Amino acid sequence: MSRRPYIRPVQRSTWWLAQPRYIRYMAREVTSAFLCAYSLLIIVGLVRLAQGPLAYDAFLAAVYSTSGQVFSLLTLIFAIYHTYTWFQVTPKAMPIRKGGKLIAGSIIVGAHWFVFLIASVIILYLVGM
Amino acid sequence: MSRDTVQLEILRYDPEKDSEPYFSTYEVPFNDDWVVLDAINYVKENLDRTLTYRWSCHMAVCGSCGMVINGEPVLSCHTFMRDYGDKIRIEPLQNFPVERDLVVVIDDFVEKLGSVKPYIVPKVEKTVDEGEYIQSPAQLAVFKQYTACINCLLCYSACPQVGLNPGFVGPAALALAHRYNLDSRDVGRAAREDVVASNPGIWECSFVGACSEVCPKSVDPAAAIQQTKIASTVDYFTDFLTPWRKQ
Repeated sequence: MSRRPYIRPVQRSTWWLAQPRYIRYMAREVTSAFLCAYSLLIIVGLVRLAQGPLAYDAFLAAVYSTSGQVFSLLTLIFAIYHTYTWFQVTPKAMPIRKGGKLIAGSIIVGAHWFVFLIASVIILYLVGM
Repeated sequence: MSRDTVQLEILRYDPEKDSEPYFSTYEVPFNDDWVVLDAINYVKENLDRTLTYRWSCHMAVCGSCGMVINGEPVLSCHTFMRDYGDKIRIEPLQNFPVERDLVVVIDDFVEKLGSVKPYIVPKVEKTVDEGEYIQSPAQLAVFKQYTACINCLLCYSACPQVGLNPGFVGPAALALAHRYNLDSRDVGRAAREDVVASNPGIWECSFVGACSEVCPKSVDPAAAIQQTKIASTVDYFTDFLTPWRKQ
């Protein structure tokens, strides 16, 4: 008897469409692209600010334009989704034991949201000053 | 309405005759308390004796009968026929070469498993006369879930990174490495690092999490790998910031 194992081809560009869990994973990863884009936008804003008031006003006008606001809103939604997906998996990456027992995952996730909210309030306060 | 029969579409491949795999359909009686493995056994016993597949315990302990059923990697002895429709599609585990029909070649996995030293590396070797390596229940609880792995390979079938990067050490082997790293009787962590903390080790994992979702024993390999990533990162920065401590 001869051995001739068959290797089934892997769909290198469409594998993630095969399972809902793969699509959820891709959604988690792809939303980070918007966070990256928004970070770049802020860097561009800093550069424009350094170039003087005229340049900065033009930058602000672009940010407050309709397309700029749509981009900001989409980024906010995707950022919250991205944050949610990562907070959900924190109990796996950082299990905490107390008195020999595992602390419930909901407490670890809740603690992340709590710190997130506190940080958001502080930033909003600083921005509003 | 009760069903009389169910159609099994089973992937067939005979290396001596076929150039590539194909599906054959078999009509089997519907039985409310049959698992899919029972239906496959019916085919073997009554319809086609050449059908080749692995199974042994029929109780989700041995890990032999892993297959992809309707696209999902499962133990066929742990999956009821009644939970599917009138057609059930049965394929060998993904991401492994097909030896014949539903049997896959697992040599590569066995090699990867050995490469992470999946055994206790004690600080001082003891003879049997010197007694056991003592451990408290609390020390056992730290890693116990990772001892439940039955090497069924459903996690390798579910993991897209295993398919895309065949060199990836993979979920079960890395979870077992973590199990020994966490063991209070073990000092083998540094010796495992060459494989575990390498690119084909934990860093090939992008935390899809599919391994943990399909694991029939709730081992949660994805958690083990993420925890190993954190420990490895802490090691890296500790070495970087305190080079005099590095041996």
